[in-house]
Amino acid sequence: MTVLVYLDHEGGVIRQASRSAITAASKLGDVDVLVTGPDAAAAAKSAAAIPGVQKVFAVTDTTGNSELAEPVAALLAQLAGGYTHILAASSATAKNVLPRAAALLDVQPIPDIVAINDAETFVRPIYAGSALATVKSADAKKVITVRASAFDPAPAEGGSATIEDIALPAGPGGSTFVATELSKSERPELESARVVVSGGNGMLNEENFKLLEPLADRLGAAIGASRAAVDKGFVSNEYQVGQTGKIVAPELYIAMGISGQIQHLAGMKDSKVIVAVNKDPEAPIFQVADYGIVGDLFTILPQLEAELDKAG
Amino acid sequence: MKVLVPVKRVIDYNIKPRVKADGSGVETAGVKMSMNPFDEIAVEEAVRLKEKGVVSEIIAVSIGEAKAQDTLRTAMAMGADRSILVETDVVTEPLAVAKVLKALVEKEKPELIILGKQAIDDDMNATGQMLAGLLDRPQATFASKVDVADGAVTVTREIDGGSQTIKLALPAIITADLRLNEPRYASLPNIMKARKKPMEKITPADLGVDMTPRLSVISVAEPPERKAGVKLDSAAELVSRLRNEAKVI
Repeated sequence: MTVLVYLDHEGGVIRQASRSAITAASKLGDVDVLVTGPDAAAAAKSAAAIPGVQKVFAVTDTTGNSELAEPVAALLAQLAGGYTHILAASSATAKNVLPRAAALLDVQPIPDIVAINDAETFVRPIYAGSALATVKSADAKKVITVRASAFDPAPAEGGSATIEDIALPAGPGGSTFVATELSKSERPELESARVVVSGGNGMLNEENFKLLEPLADRLGAAIGASRAAVDKGFVSNEYQVGQTGKIVAPELYIAMGISGQIQHLAGMKDSKVIVAVNKDPEAPIFQVADYGIVGDLFTILPQLEAELDKAG
Repeated sequence: MKVLVPVKRVIDYNIKPRVKADGSGVETAGVKMSMNPFDEIAVEEAVRLKEKGVVSEIIAVSIGEAKAQDTLRTAMAMGADRSILVETDVVTEPLAVAKVLKALVEKEKPELIILGKQAIDDDMNATGQMLAGLLDRPQATFASKVDVADGAVTVTREIDGGSQTIKLALPAIITADLRLNEPRYASLPNIMKARKKPMEKITPADLGVDMTPRLSVISVAEPPERKAGVKLDSAAELVSRLRNEAKVI
Protein backbone atom coordinates (compact mmCIF):
# COMPACT_ATOMS: atom_id res chain seq x y z
CA MET A 1 0.00 0.00 0.00
CA THR A 2 1.18 3.51 -0.76
CA VAL A 3 -0.12 6.57 1.02
CA LEU A 4 -0.15 10.18 -0.17
CA VAL A 5 0.16 12.89 2.49
CA TYR A 6 -0.76 16.49 1.72
CA LEU A 7 1.62 18.60 3.80
CA ASP A 8 1.14 22.01 5.38
CA HIS A 9 4.14 24.27 5.58
CA GLU A 10 5.01 27.79 6.60
CA GLY A 11 7.40 29.51 4.28
CA GLY A 12 8.88 26.17 3.27
CA VAL A 13 9.17 24.66 6.75
CA ILE A 14 6.93 21.62 7.17
CA ARG A 15 4.55 22.10 10.10
CA GLN A 16 5.01 19.73 12.99
CA ALA A 17 1.37 18.60 12.73
CA SER A 18 2.09 17.40 9.19
CA ARG A 19 5.03 15.36 10.46
CA SER A 20 2.54 13.66 12.81
CA ALA A 21 0.42 12.87 9.75
CA ILE A 22 3.51 11.24 8.19
CA THR A 23 3.89 9.04 11.29
CA ALA A 24 0.24 7.97 10.92
CA ALA A 25 0.74 7.33 7.19
CA SER A 26 3.83 5.19 7.84
CA LYS A 27 1.61 2.80 9.79
CA LEU A 28 -0.38 2.20 6.60
CA GLY A 29 2.31 1.86 3.95
CA ASP A 30 4.95 3.64 1.91
CA VAL A 31 4.65 7.42 2.00
CA ASP A 32 4.71 9.98 -0.81
CA VAL A 33 3.90 13.60 -0.10
CA LEU A 34 2.51 16.67 -1.85
CA VAL A 35 3.53 20.27 -1.14
CA THR A 36 2.07 23.34 -2.83
CA GLY A 37 2.54 27.09 -2.71
CA PRO A 38 4.92 29.87 -3.64
CA ASP A 39 7.63 28.32 -1.40
CA ALA A 40 7.03 24.79 -2.69
CA ALA A 41 10.70 24.33 -3.64
CA ALA A 42 11.87 25.01 -0.08
CA ALA A 43 8.96 22.96 1.32
CA ALA A 44 9.88 20.06 -0.99
CA LYS A 45 13.42 20.17 0.34
CA SER A 46 12.20 20.04 3.97
CA ALA A 47 9.73 17.30 3.06
CA ALA A 48 12.39 15.21 1.32
CA ALA A 49 14.48 15.30 4.50
CA ILE A 50 11.75 13.63 6.59
CA PRO A 51 12.69 9.97 7.14
CA GLY A 52 10.16 7.57 5.62
CA VAL A 53 9.14 9.84 2.74
CA GLN A 54 9.90 8.26 -0.64
CA LYS A 55 8.74 10.82 -3.16
CA VAL A 56 7.79 14.49 -2.95
CA PHE A 57 5.42 16.09 -5.46
CA ALA A 58 6.00 19.83 -5.53
CA VAL A 59 3.66 22.40 -7.06
CA THR A 60 5.28 25.82 -7.21
CA ASP A 61 2.57 28.38 -7.63
CA THR A 62 2.75 32.12 -7.21
CA THR A 63 -0.75 32.92 -8.50
CA GLY A 64 -2.58 32.26 -5.23
CA ASN A 65 -4.38 29.30 -6.81
CA SER A 66 -2.67 26.87 -4.47
CA GLU A 67 -4.52 28.67 -1.63
CA LEU A 68 -7.83 27.62 -3.16
CA ALA A 69 -9.60 24.34 -2.50
CA GLU A 70 -10.80 23.80 -6.08
CA PRO A 71 -7.51 23.22 -7.95
CA VAL A 72 -5.80 21.48 -5.01
CA ALA A 73 -8.70 19.05 -4.55
CA ALA A 74 -8.66 18.39 -8.30
CA LEU A 75 -4.91 17.66 -8.06
CA LEU A 76 -5.37 15.26 -5.13
CA ALA A 77 -8.12 13.45 -7.03
CA GLN A 78 -5.86 13.26 -10.07
CA LEU A 79 -2.95 11.82 -8.03
CA ALA A 80 -5.24 9.48 -6.06
CA GLY A 81 -5.07 6.69 -8.63
CA GLY A 82 -1.76 5.42 -7.28
CA TYR A 83 -2.72 5.46 -3.61
CA THR A 84 -4.84 3.49 -1.15
CA HIS A 85 -5.01 6.32 1.40
CA ILE A 86 -4.79 10.11 1.23
CA LEU A 87 -3.91 11.78 4.52
CA ALA A 88 -3.29 15.20 5.97
CA ALA A 89 -3.03 16.74 9.42
CA SER A 90 -6.42 18.18 10.38
CA SER A 91 -5.51 21.81 9.73
CA ALA A 92 -7.79 24.50 8.36
CA THR A 93 -6.19 23.91 4.95
CA ALA A 94 -6.80 20.16 4.94
CA LYS A 95 -10.35 20.57 6.22
CA ASN A 96 -10.97 22.90 3.30
CA VAL A 97 -9.46 20.67 0.62
CA LEU A 98 -9.68 16.98 1.55
CA PRO A 99 -13.49 16.60 1.77
CA ARG A 100 -13.77 18.21 -1.66
CA ALA A 101 -11.21 15.77 -3.05
CA ALA A 102 -13.11 12.91 -1.35
CA ALA A 103 -16.33 13.98 -3.10
CA LEU A 104 -14.55 13.93 -6.45
CA LEU A 105 -13.45 10.36 -5.64
CA ASP A 106 -16.91 9.32 -4.31
CA VAL A 107 -15.41 8.57 -0.90
CA GLN A 108 -16.73 9.36 2.59
CA PRO A 109 -13.82 11.06 4.41
CA ILE A 110 -12.69 9.99 7.88
CA PRO A 111 -11.77 13.19 9.73
CA ASP A 112 -9.60 13.65 12.78
CA ILE A 113 -8.46 10.10 13.47
CA VAL A 114 -6.68 9.42 16.77
CA ALA A 115 -5.81 5.75 16.17
CA ILE A 116 -5.36 3.29 13.31
CA ASN A 117 -6.61 -0.23 14.02
CA ASP A 118 -5.94 -1.55 10.51
CA ALA A 119 -5.94 -0.21 6.95
CA GLU A 120 -9.73 0.18 7.01
CA THR A 121 -10.54 0.76 10.67
CA PHE A 122 -9.91 3.98 12.53
CA VAL A 123 -10.83 5.63 15.82
CA ARG A 124 -12.14 9.18 15.84
CA PRO A 125 -13.69 11.45 18.48
CA ILE A 126 -17.32 12.51 18.06
CA TYR A 127 -19.49 14.93 20.06
CA ALA A 128 -16.52 17.17 20.88
CA GLY A 129 -14.57 14.22 22.23
CA SER A 130 -17.37 13.04 24.53
CA ALA A 131 -17.16 9.68 22.75
CA LEU A 132 -14.71 7.76 20.60
CA ALA A 133 -16.11 5.99 17.55
CA THR A 134 -14.34 3.10 15.88
CA VAL A 135 -15.35 3.14 12.22
CA LYS A 136 -14.61 0.84 9.32
CA SER A 137 -14.56 2.26 5.81
CA ALA A 138 -16.13 0.39 2.89
CA ASP A 139 -14.56 2.77 0.35
CA ALA A 140 -11.82 1.55 -1.96
CA LYS A 141 -9.73 4.61 -1.07
CA LYS A 142 -9.62 6.30 2.29
CA VAL A 143 -9.42 10.06 2.68
CA ILE A 144 -8.31 10.84 6.21
CA THR A 145 -7.29 13.75 8.40
CA VAL A 146 -5.13 13.05 11.41
CA ARG A 147 -5.35 14.62 14.84
CA ALA A 148 -1.72 15.56 15.27
CA SER A 149 -1.71 15.31 19.08
CA ALA A 150 -2.42 11.56 18.79
CA PHE A 151 0.71 10.74 16.75
CA ASP A 152 4.34 11.67 17.45
CA PRO A 153 5.81 13.86 14.73
CA ALA A 154 8.23 12.14 12.34
CA PRO A 155 11.78 13.57 12.64
CA ALA A 156 12.51 16.60 10.48
CA GLU A 157 15.87 15.34 9.27
CA GLY A 158 17.49 12.12 8.04
CA GLY A 159 15.54 11.22 4.89
CA SER A 160 16.42 11.67 1.23
CA ALA A 161 13.31 11.45 -0.95
CA THR A 162 13.20 12.25 -4.65
CA ILE A 163 11.44 15.45 -5.70
CA GLU A 164 9.16 15.69 -8.72
CA ASP A 165 7.80 19.03 -9.90
CA ILE A 166 4.21 18.91 -11.09
CA ALA A 167 1.60 21.48 -12.15
CA LEU A 168 -1.67 22.51 -10.56
CA PRO A 169 -4.73 21.61 -12.67
CA ALA A 170 -7.10 24.43 -13.56
CA GLY A 171 -9.99 23.33 -11.33
CA PRO A 172 -13.52 24.53 -12.05
CA GLY A 173 -12.65 28.23 -11.76
CA GLY A 174 -15.03 30.72 -10.24
CA SER A 175 -12.94 31.43 -7.18
CA THR A 176 -10.15 33.95 -6.85
CA PHE A 177 -7.62 34.37 -4.09
CA VAL A 178 -7.61 37.95 -2.77
CA ALA A 179 -5.38 38.08 0.31
CA THR A 180 -4.14 36.32 3.40
CA GLU A 181 -3.60 38.11 6.68
CA LEU A 182 -1.48 36.24 9.19
CA SER A 183 -1.05 37.52 12.69
CA LYS A 184 2.59 37.68 13.56
CA SER A 185 3.73 36.08 16.76
CA GLU A 186 7.15 35.38 18.18
CA ARG A 187 5.66 32.69 20.39
CA PRO A 188 5.62 28.99 19.54
CA GLU A 189 2.86 27.60 17.33
CA LEU A 190 -0.18 26.79 19.48
CA GLU A 191 -0.64 23.23 18.24
CA SER A 192 2.97 22.17 18.76
CA ALA A 193 3.97 24.23 21.81
CA ARG A 194 5.35 22.35 24.82
CA VAL A 195 3.53 24.72 27.16
CA VAL A 196 0.24 26.53 26.53
CA VAL A 197 -1.14 29.34 28.69
CA SER A 198 -4.82 29.93 27.94
CA GLY A 199 -7.21 32.61 29.11
CA GLY A 200 -10.96 32.55 29.33
CA ASN A 201 -13.91 34.64 30.32
CA GLY A 202 -12.23 35.33 33.64
CA MET A 203 -9.69 37.58 31.92
CA LEU A 204 -12.59 40.07 31.64
CA ASN A 205 -11.26 42.14 28.75
CA GLU A 206 -8.74 42.50 25.95
CA GLU A 207 -6.35 44.56 28.04
CA ASN A 208 -6.28 42.06 30.90
CA PHE A 209 -5.75 39.22 28.47
CA LYS A 210 -2.32 40.70 27.70
CA LEU A 211 -1.40 40.01 31.34
CA LEU A 212 -0.87 36.40 30.26
CA GLU A 213 2.01 37.38 27.99
CA PRO A 214 4.77 37.70 30.63
CA LEU A 215 3.84 34.29 32.06
CA ALA A 216 3.80 32.75 28.57
CA ASP A 217 7.17 34.35 27.78
CA ARG A 218 8.59 33.12 31.06
CA LEU A 219 7.57 29.53 30.19
CA GLY A 220 8.26 29.69 26.44
CA ALA A 221 4.56 29.02 25.99
CA ALA A 222 2.02 29.59 23.26
CA ILE A 223 -1.08 31.56 24.17
CA GLY A 224 -4.53 30.06 23.75
CA ALA A 225 -8.06 31.09 24.59
CA SER A 226 -11.46 29.65 25.26
CA ARG A 227 -14.31 30.28 22.86
CA ALA A 228 -15.84 32.69 25.37
CA ALA A 229 -12.69 34.82 25.32
CA VAL A 230 -12.62 34.78 21.53
CA ASP A 231 -16.33 35.55 21.20
CA LYS A 232 -15.93 38.54 23.51
CA GLY A 233 -13.12 39.82 21.36
CA PHE A 234 -10.27 39.51 23.92
CA VAL A 235 -8.16 37.80 21.22
CA SER A 236 -8.68 36.72 17.63
CA ASN A 237 -10.06 33.41 16.45
CA GLU A 238 -6.80 31.63 15.75
CA TYR A 239 -6.10 31.46 19.50
CA GLN A 240 -9.19 29.38 20.14
CA VAL A 241 -8.64 25.99 21.74
CA GLY A 242 -11.62 23.67 21.48
CA GLN A 243 -13.91 21.52 19.39
CA THR A 244 -14.19 24.18 16.72
CA GLY A 245 -10.77 25.68 17.29
CA LYS A 246 -7.37 24.10 17.70
CA ILE A 247 -6.70 20.77 19.37
CA VAL A 248 -3.64 20.92 21.62
CA ALA A 249 -1.85 18.36 23.76
CA PRO A 250 1.12 20.15 25.34
CA GLU A 251 3.14 18.85 28.25
CA LEU A 252 1.73 21.65 30.39
CA TYR A 253 -1.59 23.45 29.89
CA ILE A 254 -2.39 26.38 32.15
CA ALA A 255 -6.05 27.46 32.10
CA MET A 256 -6.55 30.90 33.61
CA GLY A 257 -10.14 31.96 34.26
CA ILE A 258 -11.53 29.20 32.04
CA SER A 259 -14.66 27.44 33.28
CA GLY A 260 -14.09 24.27 31.28
CA GLN A 261 -17.08 23.88 28.97
CA ILE A 262 -17.17 20.64 26.94
CA GLN A 263 -16.28 22.65 23.84
CA HIS A 264 -13.02 23.81 25.40
CA LEU A 265 -12.14 20.53 27.11
CA ALA A 266 -12.43 18.80 23.72
CA GLY A 267 -9.46 20.85 22.59
CA MET A 268 -7.07 20.39 25.51
CA LYS A 269 -7.88 17.39 27.66
CA ASP A 270 -5.08 15.28 26.16
CA SER A 271 -2.53 17.65 27.68
CA LYS A 272 -0.07 15.83 29.93
CA VAL A 273 -0.42 18.15 32.92
CA ILE A 274 -3.32 20.57 33.33
CA VAL A 275 -3.29 23.51 35.74
CA ALA A 276 -6.45 25.50 36.39
CA VAL A 277 -6.86 28.80 38.20
CA ASN A 278 -10.46 29.83 38.70
CA LYS A 279 -12.35 31.63 41.42
CA ASP A 280 -15.33 29.27 41.07
CA PRO A 281 -14.55 26.07 43.00
CA GLU A 282 -17.35 24.31 41.06
CA ALA A 283 -15.87 25.13 37.62
CA PRO A 284 -15.82 21.93 35.50
CA ILE A 285 -12.16 22.61 34.58
CA PHE A 286 -11.18 21.37 38.07
CA GLN A 287 -12.54 17.92 37.16
CA VAL A 288 -9.77 17.48 34.60
CA ALA A 289 -7.00 19.60 36.15
CA ASP A 290 -4.05 17.88 37.81
CA TYR A 291 -3.40 20.99 39.88
CA GLY A 292 -5.99 23.59 40.69
CA ILE A 293 -5.97 26.83 42.61
CA VAL A 294 -9.30 28.32 43.64
CA GLY A 295 -8.83 32.05 43.67
CA ASP A 296 -8.71 35.33 41.79
CA LEU A 297 -6.41 34.94 38.81
CA PHE A 298 -5.41 38.60 39.01
CA THR A 299 -3.91 37.88 42.45
CA ILE A 300 -2.45 34.52 41.54
CA LEU A 301 -0.96 35.44 38.17
CA PRO A 302 1.65 37.88 39.58
CA GLN A 303 2.41 35.47 42.43
CA LEU A 304 3.01 32.72 39.90
CA GLU A 305 5.39 34.90 37.91
CA ALA A 306 7.23 35.91 41.09
CA GLU A 307 7.60 32.27 42.15
CA LEU A 308 8.91 31.29 38.74
CA ASP A 309 11.41 34.15 38.84
CA LYS A 310 12.44 33.22 42.35
CA ALA A 311 13.06 29.64 41.32
CA GLY A 312 15.08 30.90 38.35
CA MET B 1 -31.76 35.31 -5.61
CA LYS B 2 -32.59 32.02 -3.95
CA VAL B 3 -30.60 30.64 -1.03
CA LEU B 4 -30.62 27.05 0.19
CA VAL B 5 -29.74 26.43 3.84
CA PRO B 6 -29.33 22.84 5.06
CA VAL B 7 -29.99 22.34 8.78
CA LYS B 8 -29.35 19.32 11.01
CA ARG B 9 -31.13 18.20 14.16
CA VAL B 10 -28.54 17.30 16.78
CA ILE B 11 -28.27 16.83 20.54
CA ASP B 12 -28.48 20.30 22.08
CA TYR B 13 -25.02 21.75 22.62
CA ASN B 14 -25.69 22.25 26.34
CA ILE B 15 -26.27 18.54 26.93
CA LYS B 16 -23.45 16.16 27.76
CA PRO B 17 -23.86 13.19 25.40
CA ARG B 18 -23.95 9.71 26.96
CA VAL B 19 -22.56 6.64 25.30
CA LYS B 20 -25.07 3.75 25.19
CA ALA B 21 -24.24 0.80 27.43
CA ASP B 22 -23.97 -1.57 24.44
CA GLY B 23 -21.41 0.69 22.75
CA SER B 24 -23.56 1.05 19.62
CA GLY B 25 -23.70 4.82 19.72
CA VAL B 26 -24.70 7.87 21.72
CA GLU B 27 -28.11 8.00 23.44
CA THR B 28 -30.52 10.36 21.68
CA ALA B 29 -33.84 9.02 23.03
CA GLY B 30 -35.38 11.43 25.51
CA VAL B 31 -32.50 13.89 25.02
CA LYS B 32 -33.10 17.56 24.19
CA MET B 33 -32.43 18.12 20.50
CA SER B 34 -31.83 21.44 18.72
CA MET B 35 -30.66 22.89 15.47
CA ASN B 36 -26.92 22.41 14.96
CA PRO B 37 -25.47 25.75 16.19
CA PHE B 38 -23.39 26.35 13.04
CA ASP B 39 -26.55 25.83 10.96
CA GLU B 40 -28.30 28.50 13.02
CA ILE B 41 -25.51 30.85 11.99
CA ALA B 42 -26.06 29.82 8.35
CA VAL B 43 -29.81 30.50 8.62
CA GLU B 44 -29.14 33.86 10.28
CA GLU B 45 -26.78 34.87 7.47
CA ALA B 46 -29.37 33.98 4.86
CA VAL B 47 -32.04 35.98 6.73
CA ARG B 48 -29.72 39.00 6.97
CA LEU B 49 -29.04 38.81 3.23
CA LYS B 50 -32.80 38.76 2.68
CA GLU B 51 -33.24 41.77 4.96
CA LYS B 52 -30.61 43.59 2.89
CA GLY B 53 -32.62 42.85 -0.22
CA VAL B 54 -29.93 40.63 -1.74
CA VAL B 55 -31.91 37.43 -1.29
CA SER B 56 -35.50 36.85 -2.42
CA GLU B 57 -36.21 33.39 -1.03
CA ILE B 58 -34.70 31.14 1.65
CA ILE B 59 -35.29 27.40 1.47
CA ALA B 60 -34.33 25.37 4.54
CA VAL B 61 -33.58 21.68 4.03
CA SER B 62 -33.12 18.91 6.53
CA ILE B 63 -32.15 15.32 5.88
CA GLY B 64 -33.01 12.90 8.64
CA GLU B 65 -35.80 11.38 10.66
CA ALA B 66 -39.36 12.77 10.75
CA LYS B 67 -38.62 14.83 13.85
CA ALA B 68 -36.21 16.96 11.82
CA GLN B 69 -39.34 18.90 10.84
CA ASP B 70 -39.05 20.62 14.25
CA THR B 71 -35.66 21.94 13.13
CA LEU B 72 -37.14 23.12 9.84
CA ARG B 73 -39.92 24.94 11.75
CA THR B 74 -37.22 26.67 13.79
CA ALA B 75 -35.46 27.73 10.58
CA MET B 76 -38.74 29.09 9.21
CA ALA B 77 -39.43 30.88 12.50
CA MET B 78 -36.03 32.55 12.09
CA GLY B 79 -37.01 33.70 8.59
CA ALA B 80 -36.74 30.88 6.05
CA ASP B 81 -39.65 31.06 3.57
CA ARG B 82 -40.26 27.36 3.03
CA SER B 83 -38.62 24.04 3.74
CA ILE B 84 -37.97 20.56 2.46
CA LEU B 85 -37.64 17.49 4.66
CA VAL B 86 -35.79 14.60 3.06
CA GLU B 87 -36.90 11.86 5.38
CA THR B 88 -34.65 8.92 6.19
CA ASP B 89 -33.91 6.79 9.23
CA VAL B 90 -30.45 5.92 7.94
CA VAL B 91 -27.44 7.49 9.70
CA THR B 92 -26.61 10.50 7.54
CA GLU B 93 -23.03 10.78 6.30
CA PRO B 94 -21.66 13.90 4.59
CA LEU B 95 -21.19 12.14 1.22
CA ALA B 96 -24.82 10.95 1.05
CA VAL B 97 -26.11 14.28 2.39
CA ALA B 98 -24.07 16.14 -0.23
CA LYS B 99 -25.63 13.91 -2.92
CA VAL B 100 -29.15 14.69 -1.67
CA LEU B 101 -28.32 18.40 -1.59
CA LYS B 102 -26.85 18.23 -5.09
CA ALA B 103 -30.13 16.77 -6.37
CA LEU B 104 -32.07 19.55 -4.60
CA VAL B 105 -29.75 22.24 -5.95
CA GLU B 106 -30.31 20.96 -9.47
CA LYS B 107 -34.06 21.12 -8.87
CA GLU B 108 -34.31 24.43 -6.98
CA LYS B 109 -31.38 26.23 -8.63
CA PRO B 110 -30.33 28.41 -5.67
CA GLU B 111 -27.49 30.82 -6.39
CA LEU B 112 -26.08 30.47 -2.91
CA ILE B 113 -25.93 27.55 -0.50
CA ILE B 114 -24.94 28.40 3.07
CA LEU B 115 -24.15 25.54 5.45
CA GLY B 116 -22.81 25.31 8.98
CA LYS B 117 -19.12 24.40 8.87
CA GLN B 118 -19.67 21.24 10.89
CA ALA B 119 -22.32 19.33 12.80
CA ILE B 120 -21.57 19.04 16.50
CA ASP B 121 -22.61 15.38 16.62
CA ASP B 122 -20.29 13.64 14.16
CA ASP B 123 -17.84 16.59 13.97
CA MET B 124 -17.18 15.69 10.32
CA ASN B 125 -16.77 19.17 8.85
CA ALA B 126 -17.22 17.92 5.29
CA THR B 127 -20.71 18.38 3.80
CA GLY B 128 -20.24 21.88 2.33
CA GLN B 129 -16.91 21.04 0.74
CA MET B 130 -18.29 17.77 -0.64
CA LEU B 131 -21.37 19.47 -2.09
CA ALA B 132 -19.13 22.06 -3.77
CA GLY B 133 -17.00 19.24 -5.19
CA LEU B 134 -19.99 17.28 -6.49
CA LEU B 135 -21.47 20.40 -8.09
CA ASP B 136 -18.06 21.53 -9.38
CA ARG B 137 -18.75 24.96 -7.92
CA PRO B 138 -16.54 27.38 -5.98
CA GLN B 139 -16.48 27.09 -2.18
CA ALA B 140 -15.61 29.31 0.76
CA THR B 141 -15.37 27.41 4.03
CA PHE B 142 -15.20 28.79 7.60
CA ALA B 143 -16.65 32.16 6.61
CA SER B 144 -16.49 35.00 9.15
CA LYS B 145 -17.68 37.70 6.74
CA VAL B 146 -19.81 37.52 3.61
CA ASP B 147 -20.44 40.31 1.08
CA VAL B 148 -22.62 39.71 -1.94
CA ALA B 149 -22.36 42.22 -4.79
CA ASP B 150 -22.54 42.17 -8.59
CA GLY B 151 -22.97 38.43 -9.07
CA ALA B 152 -20.05 37.57 -6.82
CA VAL B 153 -19.49 36.97 -3.14
CA THR B 154 -16.43 38.09 -1.21
CA VAL B 155 -15.75 35.94 1.83
CA THR B 156 -13.33 36.38 4.70
CA ARG B 157 -12.48 32.93 6.01
CA GLU B 158 -10.78 31.70 9.16
CA ILE B 159 -7.48 29.90 8.53
CA ASP B 160 -4.73 28.69 10.87
CA GLY B 161 -2.78 31.73 11.99
CA GLY B 162 -5.09 34.39 10.59
CA SER B 163 -7.70 35.02 7.93
CA GLN B 164 -7.99 34.85 4.18
CA THR B 165 -10.18 36.66 1.69
CA ILE B 166 -11.43 35.01 -1.48
CA LYS B 167 -13.94 36.01 -4.12
CA LEU B 168 -16.39 33.53 -5.61
CA ALA B 169 -18.52 33.81 -8.72
CA LEU B 170 -22.14 32.81 -8.08
CA PRO B 171 -23.52 30.19 -7.79
CA ALA B 172 -21.33 29.25 -4.82
CA ILE B 173 -21.18 27.33 -1.56
CA ILE B 174 -20.29 28.93 1.78
CA THR B 175 -19.81 27.29 5.18
CA ALA B 176 -20.36 29.38 8.29
CA ASP B 177 -17.89 29.76 11.16
CA LEU B 178 -18.71 31.02 14.65
CA ARG B 179 -17.92 34.65 14.12
CA LEU B 180 -20.05 35.14 11.03
CA ASN B 181 -22.96 36.45 13.09
CA GLU B 182 -25.03 36.03 16.25
CA PRO B 183 -28.21 34.06 15.43
CA ARG B 184 -31.50 35.63 16.49
CA TYR B 185 -34.08 34.01 18.72
CA ALA B 186 -37.32 33.16 16.99
CA SER B 187 -40.10 35.32 18.45
CA LEU B 188 -43.41 33.76 19.43
CA PRO B 189 -45.36 35.46 16.58
CA ASN B 190 -42.73 34.19 14.14
CA ILE B 191 -42.96 30.67 15.60
CA MET B 192 -46.74 30.84 15.03
CA LYS B 193 -46.25 32.12 11.49
CA ALA B 194 -43.73 29.37 10.75
CA ARG B 195 -46.46 26.77 11.32
CA LYS B 196 -48.22 28.02 8.21
CA LYS B 197 -45.14 28.13 6.00
CA PRO B 198 -44.92 25.30 3.46
CA MET B 199 -42.92 22.15 4.18
CA GLU B 200 -42.40 19.62 1.41
CA LYS B 201 -41.68 16.03 2.40
CA ILE B 202 -39.73 13.71 0.13
CA THR B 203 -37.38 10.73 0.46
CA PRO B 204 -33.82 10.15 -0.76
CA ALA B 205 -35.28 7.58 -3.19
CA ASP B 206 -37.41 10.33 -4.79
CA LEU B 207 -34.13 12.06 -5.57
CA GLY B 208 -32.43 8.85 -6.67
CA VAL B 209 -29.86 8.94 -3.86
CA ASP B 210 -28.54 5.84 -2.09
CA MET B 211 -28.00 6.73 1.58
CA THR B 212 -26.13 3.52 2.53
CA PRO B 213 -23.34 4.63 4.87
CA ARG B 214 -19.77 4.04 3.75
CA LEU B 215 -18.50 3.99 7.32
CA SER B 216 -19.79 1.29 9.62
CA VAL B 217 -19.60 2.02 13.31
CA ILE B 218 -17.86 -0.89 15.02
CA SER B 219 -18.19 0.59 18.49
CA VAL B 220 -18.62 3.83 20.39
CA ALA B 221 -16.84 4.15 23.71
CA GLU B 222 -16.31 6.67 26.47
CA PRO B 223 -12.93 8.36 26.18
CA PRO B 224 -10.45 7.63 28.95
CA GLU B 225 -11.48 9.72 31.96
CA ARG B 226 -9.05 12.23 33.38
CA LYS B 227 -9.03 12.13 37.11
CA ALA B 228 -9.42 15.35 39.01
CA GLY B 229 -6.15 16.23 40.66
CA VAL B 230 -5.38 18.21 43.79
CA LYS B 231 -6.36 21.70 44.81
CA LEU B 232 -3.39 23.73 45.98
CA ASP B 233 -3.30 26.77 48.25
CA SER B 234 -0.62 28.92 46.70
CA ALA B 235 1.34 29.78 43.60
CA ALA B 236 4.49 28.70 45.46
CA GLU B 237 3.13 25.23 45.98
CA LEU B 238 2.04 25.04 42.33
CA VAL B 239 5.50 25.97 41.05
CA SER B 240 7.09 23.47 43.40
CA ARG B 241 4.72 20.67 42.29
CA LEU B 242 5.20 21.48 38.59
CA ARG B 243 8.94 21.40 39.06
CA ASN B 244 9.44 18.48 41.42
CA GLU B 245 6.41 16.25 40.96
CA ALA B 246 5.16 16.72 37.38
CA LYS B 247 8.63 17.79 36.17
CA VAL B 248 7.18 19.96 33.39
CA ILE B 249 9.00 23.19 34.19
